[in-house]
Amino acid sequence: MAIADLANPARFLAFADRTIPWLGGVAVIAFAFGINQAMLAPDDYQQGATVKIMFLHVPGAWLGMLGWGVMTVAALGTLVWRHPLADVTAKATAPIGAAFTLMCLVTGSLWGRPTWGTYWVWDARLTSVLLLFLLYLGVIAVWRTVEDPSRAARAAAILTLVGAIDLPIIKFSVEWWNTLHQPASVMRMGGSTIDKSILIPLFIMTVAFTLTFATLVLAAMRNEILRRRVRTLRLIQASAAS
Amino acid sequence: MKPLAAILFRDMRIAVRVGGGALMGVLFFVVVVTLVPFALGPDLALLKRVGPAILWLAALLASLLALDRLFAADHDDGSLDLILMGRAPLEIVVATKGVAHWLSTGLPLVIAAPLIGLSLNLDGPAAAALVLTLLVGTPALTFIGLIGAAIAVTLRRGGLLLAVLVLPLCVPVLIFGVAAANAAVGGPIPFGTPFTILCALTLASLVVGPFAAAAALRQEME
Repeated sequence: MAIADLANPARFLAFADRTIPWLGGVAVIAFAFGINQAMLAPDDYQQGATVKIMFLHVPGAWLGMLGWGVMTVAALGTLVWRHPLADVTAKATAPIGAAFTLMCLVTGSLWGRPTWGTYWVWDARLTSVLLLFLLYLGVIAVWRTVEDPSRAARAAAILTLVGAIDLPIIKFSVEWWNTLHQPASVMRMGGSTIDKSILIPLFIMTVAFTLTFATLVLAAMRNEILRRRVRTLRLIQASAAS
Repeated sequence: MKPLAAILFRDMRIAVRVGGGALMGVLFFVVVVTLVPFALGPDLALLKRVGPAILWLAALLASLLALDRLFAADHDDGSLDLILMGRAPLEIVVATKGVAHWLSTGLPLVIAAPLIGLSLNLDGPAAAALVLTLLVGTPALTFIGLIGAAIAVTLRRGGLLLAVLVLPLCVPVLIFGVAAANAAVGGPIPFGTPFTILCALTLASLVVGPFAAAAALRQEME
């Protein structure tokens, strides 16, 4: 089945109904394996057990940025191709991406207290991620303010494209500025600087969270399509009654 | 050129006449800055240190004030439809309206800043640096604001949404504007470093703002 076939909402609903249980199931298995591995991973020689916060913090950061990336692609789909599913994708992804960004901020803050001695510093990495969270809230505000869904989709799409400037800033903030946050250590030229005993559980946890993200987005998209059907039916009903 | 000049002068005239927002911006700016010593206490050394930051923050808020009516007023009286149907490229028209908005609300702030800066104990060099950063930075605030104004054009409570959308995008301008103003009066970094980044941000917003705002207007007005 080609991706273009999924533009038909009925086909997409059938696809989502078939996929969501499988994705969710694999996510549960990945979590069972990943949490087990994360618990078995050795403590850091300096940070002790607090290093395990990383298994939540890194996936949160990655999915917060992936969420905006998905919304950016969907925004192009909305503005360029008027793809009916792009609106739904953008709307469904926003709260989920915001939740993962918040998870990144909260876990990072709790991790910062024992290791840096403070919950929060205004360095470039932390500030740019906080900005990403605020941009998410702005996009959600657009969706909640504009009544007509297709008009809301286009307004949100333009804001999403402008906000995408923040993604490279987040990624390179630790290289452009001297930050308290450590420089890139998982994905970098010349291999990761993290030891395998921690890197492998981190990888599994990231996969598990990404599967969860995909499951949640698909489920939210299904809900949104059904919600739009209900809205259309109500409008028809209301105009028939009058 | 002629229609653009007509739009520029029309917007300027509307802004300075009764019901326009030009002087409200400056008034708001002055009132906000005047409130600060009441909150922080009249410690002149402290005010001198935080002065540039306060003036920048007040300028950011003041430049938002009249922004929500920038396209909404034209939408209400139908002239936005005429602009959309006109032969002049929408991006250029939007940029012209941005320039008119900056001339009527941004430039007065820049002129008022050194005067009101006296009340925050800013001396000559600090005030000069502040004026220079505001002169370069406030167009960026206006042109980023254009995007929010275009998105909120058909909304009934657009003003509230506008602030939520625009303020996060203005953060880099605020960071480097205040950094440059502080660097001029001593500090570890030379004035040129943050100032050139501020110039770059302004130039980028002069390009991105009109294109994104024009795209938003076309989508909204369909």
